[in-house]
Amino acid sequence: MASKKKRDIRSILLPVSAVLMFIVIWQIAGMFVGNAFIMPSFTDTLSAFINMVTGDGTIAMDLYYSLMHFAMGMTAALIVGICVGAAMGWFYDFNRFINPVIELFRPIPPLAWIPFAIIWFGLSNFAAGFIIFIGAVFPILVNTYTGFRNVPKVFLEAGKVLGCNTNIALIRRIAFPSAYPSIISGIRVAMGVGWMCLVGAEIFGAGSGKYGLGKNLWTYYNLHQMPNVVVYMIILGLIGLLIDILFRHYVNTQMLKWQDDAL
Amino acid sequence: MSYLSIKNISKKFNGGEADEVVALDGINLDIADNEFICLVGPSGCGKTTLLRIIAGLETATSGTVVLTDHEITDPDPERGMVFQEYSLFPWMTVSENVAFGLEMKGIDKETRNAKALEYIDLVGLKQFKNSYPHELSGGMRQRVAIARALATDPAVLLMDEPFGALDARTRNTMQRELLAICERTKKTVLFVTHSVDEAVFLSDRVVIMSARPGKIQEIVEINLPRPRDRTAPDFGDLRRHILNMMGEQTS
Ligand SMILES: Nc1ncnc2c1ncn2[C@@H]1O[C@H](COP(=O)(O)OP(=O)(O)OP(=O)(O)O)[C@@H](O)[C@H]1O
Ligand SMILES: [Mg+2]
Repeated sequence: MASKKKRDIRSILLPVSAVLMFIVIWQIAGMFVGNAFIMPSFTDTLSAFINMVTGDGTIAMDLYYSLMHFAMGMTAALIVGICVGAAMGWFYDFNRFINPVIELFRPIPPLAWIPFAIIWFGLSNFAAGFIIFIGAVFPILVNTYTGFRNVPKVFLEAGKVLGCNTNIALIRRIAFPSAYPSIISGIRVAMGVGWMCLVGAEIFGAGSGKYGLGKNLWTYYNLHQMPNVVVYMIILGLIGLLIDILFRHYVNTQMLKWQDDAL
Repeated sequence: MSYLSIKNISKKFNGGEADEVVALDGINLDIADNEFICLVGPSGCGKTTLLRIIAGLETATSGTVVLTDHEITDPDPERGMVFQEYSLFPWMTVSENVAFGLEMKGIDKETRNAKALEYIDLVGLKQFKNSYPHELSGGMRQRVAIARALATDPAVLLMDEPFGALDARTRNTMQRELLAICERTKKTVLFVTHSVDEAVFLSDRVVIMSARPGKIQEIVEINLPRPRDRTAPDFGDLRRHILNMMGEQTS
């Protein structure tokens, strides 16, 4: 009992002290360099943050627009990735037909699409969403395909002898649930890639108007307000982490009860 | 006229290639309605293959299987199957697994859940109805698979070593339950087992197969009155006879 309590305290104490230690070192380094442009210190960053949240609300708008870009890209990637991946996994000939095209497009870095994203969609939210879509669609597609390909034959056969005979029913009731863990881990990777693409896309001007976390990170750099840049970096990191934690929590509690080990 | 008629079934895997396997070679077997048949034979003699052909999961290289009036070409719930390997859907609970076949028949939720529970109870797993398969032991999973196959009330039951993973006591109980169900619901059963004792206890006829190529070596009628007594002398005689027959083919 006592030792368990001790371990609980330690499991909080150790990470917290690591963060505190990092902040102290950061602060010392900032003071040592003595130049907020090269090395903004912790206190520089903190006061920049306080100024921002008490300021004109740009940061809230940035957050809103970035999450909107992200949601657009992810939604499109989910729909396209899962549908095409499932069809490739299920229909052998469809895979043979489309696979060469996919393999041709897949290695192109998502940010290389920015010029055409802007030409096709203009400086709009859709252009940023499109870049995130490109980054996120392939992990989802590939994992859906793999999941469908690896459905144990005996599950399909068991389904058939129990009267589950049409393609639609077999896909919906057997193949899809069986491929679920693979699809989920694809989505998780895709969200990481998508979040990274977001910053690049916004920096290069894809996105509308004057808002976006990536966009204004770049604006602050151009204004040489480096503490603000650090605030945006931290926010981007924390939101990426938060998205992953929420997703994992949702998946573990809602969807994959039937698995031995959680995500 | 026989009920289920296996006519001259042969099955080659990888036909024409270097690794060609003749799994079954000219199998003929006429099975009467409501008959209980056990298949015994050495590993790899084609028992599973024969069951899969009857289930419609595998196509014979030649020959046909006729059930009453129609030739078997595809899987159909009229022929239930308990697979040799693990086949429960891991994403469904025990009761969802058992109710799945009923759901496919379009039976409403309340009725199918009640029906499923009946069969779950029958295999002694009522308290696990909301568990997922990964939470069950191997023998418990196999019992769920049996309940799942029984729940849709198929006319023909194909069972591939269904009691292999069970302890002796559960196994004996399951054997008695299975016989009771078959009597009550008039089933025709093909049952694969490696236990000669089980074969003699359950079946009307024991089909002894020999390996490479898989053929029927002998068919032994079991004319003992039911319920059978495993310790009776004629039970022992039949068991010895079958073991001797099986011993011959290995030597
Ligand atoms: N899909 C397949 N491809 C190639 N060969 C196969 C295939 N399925 C079965 N075989 C071969 O057919 C033969 C019969 O196999 P089967 O599974 O029917 O044996 P079995 O009698 O059920 O054996 P066991 O008692 O070990 O379950 C074996 O030699 C096996 O290697
Ligand atoms: Mg077998």
